[in-house]
Amino acid sequence: MNNHHSGETEQMAPPQCLKVFIQRDYSEGTVVKFQTRFPQELEGRIERPLFEHTIDRLNEYFQEAEKATCSTYCEGCLACLTAYLIYICKETHYEKVLRKISKFIAEQNERVYQPRGLILTDPSMRGLRVIEISCLDRPPNA
Amino acid sequence: MAANNELPTNRKWEIYPGHTRKWEVFAGRNKFYCDGRLMTAPHSGVFLLTVSLITGTSTLFFVFDCQYLAENVSLAIPFIGCFLFVFTMSTLLRTSLSDPGIIPRATPDEAAYVEKQIEVTNSANSPTYRPPPRTKEVLIKGQTVKLKYCFTCKIFRPPRASHCSLCDNCVERFDHHCPWVGNCVGKRNYRFFYMFIVSLAFLAVYIFSCSVAHLILLTREDMPFMDAVKQSPASVVSAVVCFFSVWSILGLAGFHTYLTTSNQTTNEDIKGSFTGKRGQENFNPYSYGNVCSNCCQILCGPLAPSLIDRRGIVTEDYKAEITENIIIAEPTSDLKPYPVQNGSTQLHLTTEIKEFYRRNNNETTGSNAGSVTHLVSNEAPVGVAPSILKPVDQHYASQPNLSQVHVYSNVTNASNRLINKAQSYSQNINSESKKEEFEVNSNLEDLHLDSILIQDNVNISNIKPIICEESELAAKDKETSLLRANRLRMLQDTTMIESALDLDSIDETSLSLNNREPKVKI
Repeated sequence: MNNHHSGETEQMAPPQCLKVFIQRDYSEGTVVKFQTRFPQELEGRIERPLFEHTIDRLNEYFQEAEKATCSTYCEGCLACLTAYLIYICKETHYEKVLRKISKFIAEQNERVYQPRGLILTDPSMRGLRVIEISCLDRPPNA
Repeated sequence: MAANNELPTNRKWEIYPGHTRKWEVFAGRNKFYCDGRLMTAPHSGVFLLTVSLITGTSTLFFVFDCQYLAENVSLAIPFIGCFLFVFTMSTLLRTSLSDPGIIPRATPDEAAYVEKQIEVTNSANSPTYRPPPRTKEVLIKGQTVKLKYCFTCKIFRPPRASHCSLCDNCVERFDHHCPWVGNCVGKRNYRFFYMFIVSLAFLAVYIFSCSVAHLILLTREDMPFMDAVKQSPASVVSAVVCFFSVWSILGLAGFHTYLTTSNQTTNEDIKGSFTGKRGQENFNPYSYGNVCSNCCQILCGPLAPSLIDRRGIVTEDYKAEITENIIIAEPTSDLKPYPVQNGSTQLHLTTEIKEFYRRNNNETTGSNAGSVTHLVSNEAPVGVAPSILKPVDQHYASQPNLSQVHVYSNVTNASNRLINKAQSYSQNINSESKKEEFEVNSNLEDLHLDSILIQDNVNISNIKPIICEESELAAKDKETSLLRANRLRMLQDTTMIESALDLDSIDETSLSLNNREPKVKI
């Protein structure tokens, strides 16, 4: 039911290294949106446009997941009519998008972040609260 | 999956990290069933009562009334009853056995990062360092919303989230902890809860009218009423049960319909978060604008995923991630830490609050500077006193309880913290008696933050007397606060949502209201 986290896309960063956390942007309410402000700690490690592209893409994905379209309304109404029993066997729209996000993060890690000694952690593993970026070659207190 | 059953239940951690699932090391107090597929709150006694009441009454109806009504009135009656019953039970089980929207706790790394960020803001104005208002203000659609720091989860709670003291978790879009369904009601299961309430109202009305109809039809067959009752006593029983329960259910359904259409939670409604108090224009920044889209969004919108991944396997990395001892850079070492005494009690704390309260009240009436604007303009976390930080960090660095000790260890941990806070708090008062009101306010709120974590009942009973005794209060303020308190008490008595009176509601309603009221009357 809830195994969108597991699978080959799960990448754990080693615990002992500097970590940067991109916080949520609540200016538009409780929809999942992350701040696009470039963190100082990443200065000189990654180009700004690349970083902003990643965050913007993630924000777009989450917007897609939370946007109320006709199909999501239909899904909700259908689930209600079946007394929500349908959720036992069917994956929700949101979970599908989360899967896409995991894939996107894995791809970004492979192409952009790992060559620069960074690792992006899937925000769904952090409760959609932060995006964690680990700098592999820096000690935690640097 | 099968390997789980062989594990000795209390020592999973040490032995098989590769076979343990994440629910087994979950930090809150929830109970899990079916290998983590189902989860519910710790005390399920009242929930079982609900289930047995509903099934019992429905069974009486199906066994004793349905046959007669199907033969004499219509075949549709048992089918409709059956549909309503299945729908009600399904939504009830869904509400109580699913994740209400628990926010997972911060990993040590993230918590350390947050600590550091607070540190930075503090050191900027270090000469007079400040008491620990661990709140952060964010602007949501032009409306200032205060985010509070959760000492248990080590996060700044997202807007609308609140910490449930019974389950010991922060829950997204926290509505209330409902003992009748035996779970918190939050972002993920509110729609199930709402449909449960509505369908239960229908079911109760349906069963009531059917049983009464049964009795009336019997008396029509030239049978005296008493004989009809004797012939079908079960109808009387189900009619009586339904008659008494239907009023509260209808009331609750109406209340939640109102909440849904205005996109509020019970928690926010009790606190009056969006009513224009203190002279400010308040509006609900989460509303979608009109009744229809609020309903659609809440009841049929996309269903948020569970964030706690309770069936995931605990890997070595995951274990390392949540147990890891972090070394926190100590930016506070140049500042003088407060000495920490031993042996403070809850009683001590209460007297402290009273004393403080008088002081603070005097101060506010003396200098009613427009600290509302100060509040609003302060975007960043306002800072933290090292005296508070220290103990928390110490817990943290030596924190085995995230993983190894049982969940109840949180309580002792929290009480330790509470004591530390109480002391440092009193010391703050003694050392610097002149302070900005806002800081003191937040400090007070901080105290409640933790004390409620332990026992909200105790806390409530502590606060009430304070309000009553306070003689310096202006009569009007006193009245409003008492009104608030009464309302809270009434809600608590009638709906058993005492846990909805979480940390925020106390300070918002009974204490800070009094503190803040004078400021507005400039």
